[in-house]
Amino acid sequence: MSERRVELEVLRYNPETDREPRFQRYSIRCPEEWVVLDALNHVKETADPTLSYRWSCHMAVCGSCGMMIDGEPKLACKSFLRDYPGVIRIEPLAHFPIERDLVTVIDDFMAKLARVKPYLIPKQERALGEGEYRQTPAELKKFKQYTLCINCMLCYAACPEYGLIPKFIGPAAISLAHRYNQDSRDGGRREREEEIAAAEGVWECSFAGACSEVCPEHVDPASALQQVKIASTVDWYKEHLMPWLKK
Amino acid sequence: METIQADVAIIGAGGAGLRAAIALAASGAELKIALVSKVYPMRSHTCAAEGGAAGVIKADDSLDHHFNDTVGGGDWLCDQDAVDYLVQEAPRELLQLEHWGCPWSREPDGSVAVRPFGGMKKQRTWFAADKSGFHILHTLFQTSLRYPTIERFDEYYATDLIVDDGRCWGFTAIEMRSGRMRRFEAPAVIIAGGGAGRMFPFTTNGAIKTGDGMALAYRAGVPLKDMEFVQYHPTGLPSTGTLLTEACRGEGGVLLNRHGRRFLQDYGMGPETPLGKPVLKTMELGPRDRVSQAFWHEQKKGNAVSTQWGDAMLLDMRHLGEKKIDERLPLVRDMSISYMGVDPVKDPVPVRPVVHYMMGGIHTDIRAATPLAGLYAAGECACVSINGANRLGSNSLTELLVFGRRAALSAVEYLFAGRAARNETALEALAEAAQERIRALFQRTGGTESVAGLRKEMMQTMEQHAGIYRSGEGLAEACTRLAGLRRRYAGIELHDKTNVYNTDLIQVLELGSMLDCAEAVAASAAARRESRGAHQRLDFAERDDANFLRHSLAYYGAADAPRIDYLDVVITRSQPGVRDYSGNHE
Amino acid sequence: MAEEVSRRPYQREVPRVRWFLRHPRYVRYMFREVTCLFIGAYTLVLVAGLGALSQGPAAYQGFLESLASPASILFHVLALGFAAYHSVTWFNLTPKALPLQVGEGFVPDGVIAGAHYAGWGLLSLALLALAGAF
Repeated sequence: MSERRVELEVLRYNPETDREPRFQRYSIRCPEEWVVLDALNHVKETADPTLSYRWSCHMAVCGSCGMMIDGEPKLACKSFLRDYPGVIRIEPLAHFPIERDLVTVIDDFMAKLARVKPYLIPKQERALGEGEYRQTPAELKKFKQYTLCINCMLCYAACPEYGLIPKFIGPAAISLAHRYNQDSRDGGRREREEEIAAAEGVWECSFAGACSEVCPEHVDPASALQQVKIASTVDWYKEHLMPWLKK
Repeated sequence: METIQADVAIIGAGGAGLRAAIALAASGAELKIALVSKVYPMRSHTCAAEGGAAGVIKADDSLDHHFNDTVGGGDWLCDQDAVDYLVQEAPRELLQLEHWGCPWSREPDGSVAVRPFGGMKKQRTWFAADKSGFHILHTLFQTSLRYPTIERFDEYYATDLIVDDGRCWGFTAIEMRSGRMRRFEAPAVIIAGGGAGRMFPFTTNGAIKTGDGMALAYRAGVPLKDMEFVQYHPTGLPSTGTLLTEACRGEGGVLLNRHGRRFLQDYGMGPETPLGKPVLKTMELGPRDRVSQAFWHEQKKGNAVSTQWGDAMLLDMRHLGEKKIDERLPLVRDMSISYMGVDPVKDPVPVRPVVHYMMGGIHTDIRAATPLAGLYAAGECACVSINGANRLGSNSLTELLVFGRRAALSAVEYLFAGRAARNETALEALAEAAQERIRALFQRTGGTESVAGLRKEMMQTMEQHAGIYRSGEGLAEACTRLAGLRRRYAGIELHDKTNVYNTDLIQVLELGSMLDCAEAVAASAAARRESRGAHQRLDFAERDDANFLRHSLAYYGAADAPRIDYLDVVITRSQPGVRDYSGNHE
Repeated sequence: MAEEVSRRPYQREVPRVRWFLRHPRYVRYMFREVTCLFIGAYTLVLVAGLGALSQGPAAYQGFLESLASPASILFHVLALGFAAYHSVTWFNLTPKALPLQVGEGFVPDGVIAGAHYAGWGLLSLALLALAGAF
């Protein structure tokens, strides 16, 4: 197993001792095939137990370990040391307040997720005794990619709109609403529209596309947002120009 | 100390905790529910489960089949009344998830699809590609958001149960972001804190699986049941330990030793089935304990493949074809390429058995109730027991749903049975004592031990002496070493003595939980002088129903070794038989 | 143990004007957005031309002559470049907004974008034909 010396430049912040964040350098020997998360764990175990960060699954499915690695939002468990030959700069996920070291405050994101009514609002009620809602593989395919979001918030860190306009509901929340809108069993699009078709909803998006570029699960939130724009525009026209269509 | 009042407080917001919360909120009883977790719900380890959840739906299947597969798979250590309850409730729970929007994979006609899984006679594993746990967790979490009566306390670490007069009255917890201790006052508490696989060095489990929920109950006097039964999943990645789902084999993947031989046929699981056409309950679809044990033997014979991370076997999925792999096993492909540099479409993937699941846990009855009044438990942290000595794949996700709900119903019944009188002074004193213990930890100086050092020693002890095959000598050594580690743990000093999001503190507390659980594992294993399911002893190689058709109960001894007692298994209609996974079984 | 609140979440500032210099991805995005200035300016040129047309042949002749000046030619070359870049980025992004599902698959992005290019090409040819280019 070959090893190399890795230099980490980590942004630290402890509100009890620091007025503002500062960088701290760590130098450690690591096996070549490690990821940045392994390096951080090694630092915490052998050099500095005070370093705080979130992590759990180490397989890119829990969404805990999002951080800025060399200025790019990434999952630490999927950032391979072999891709970073120089000093690796590690900072907490951009656009979120720093709680401590690499731990951010994600209250805003959690609130926005809840606001978009991200649960099935059935088109037609069905008793359990009647069995499952029938859904063909094609119908499943229609919304499947939007179910893959692991809530890692890399998209919020990348989104320039969210960075400048914090009240923007954001890519993941709107994509989740779209996931349900596209689900053949769901009939709640109008209910969600109030939140996501609002000014701080999808219309804050200018299709920079950064969200889709950084998404580790290939959810393609940008596509969801554009589709929501079109759907809500069509809805608006229908409502205002053809009011007789209203249920 | 700030007190938060609720009717029911749930510790753990994974599949079982969320299911319990929803059941409480939807019960119509207008309850105040506190859902407390040391991580945000989406991070719970339920998200890493891949293969699926078992529930009978096919016409050629029956509850009896599911029952028999489970009881046999558990080497007859399962409580059969509980298994009956599980298999009966399973289809409805899985259907309920579908009604809540879970994106189950489908047949062409739009009905829910099922796939073959290890140890199961019929296909009954509902699945959502190879991210079933992920989709179940997110469906439950998102559904929970429609109930305003569920108040969430994210990133709160529960430290002590508050027990007075033989009842549980709540618990104390640290709000991780501020370091402040809070008291949760609830007449009914449900623990759904997950397993403790992180006590082993090589595991599919994420960082958070440190047995805190188990330790909470254990220290409050509730016994941990069947702790010696630790499941090794045959196909973990040698580099990271993370999981490649059993579905790889369900879809037709095969296991090879370094000679290219499908070696399982040499261990009672033959004859060799045709490539790509797996036959249920034999060869690669044998139960996890048997498959992992076969690898151990192959390793001893020198037939294992050598990798830079140690010995391995090969999981060959090339014959499945790219289309099938991308459709049904996309995460598996991604992980193999990312973490092993191997594309399963082109090459066999090196895999090895890694610790995956704990069959044992907090002793509960068929109603998810612990012996402590007001305390319930569900999920991996609990032991009902429906998994017995070895769990069948895809029964665990089902268990979360069935017993998560059952715990909620039991809690409601308890609440409506009338409240006992509270001794507020006593409860406050207990909460203050809990706070004092943490304060003492902050104030301790001159410590010589490190969290990482003790943790590593614990892991090495478990790997060496409490692994797939155990011996009396080894287990005695493990017990001694763990007792020593627990003594040294008492002298740990915090490196980080600040309050805001102190992960040094959390890791120290988690280590304490793991040490307690590890002692229970080693002691229970040492006392069980037989081989059954996942507990295999080189010195007692046979199953001994006469003496050990019983559950182990480990009772916490603060300064002493755990006290081991036994509890009869509930046997109703399936008498212990031979576990036959050869192709000749009926 | 904390009794007083010791939390003090730190908000990192996003520079209001120079934010896009932080990453090449943002620079590319702003470049795309800036094309609207040239397209807008070109629209004003067209409006000025209409205005000149409405004022009679002499005014219109003057307008056409000003179009031939070096500055104007430079502007038009740049505007064409930016407009083309805008169109290319727009067409390449349309498949994201208009997914066409066929059975269990989706029409490939290239086909949808390609259809836009084809339409653009045909319309351009038609306009040129109307303008007497052939």
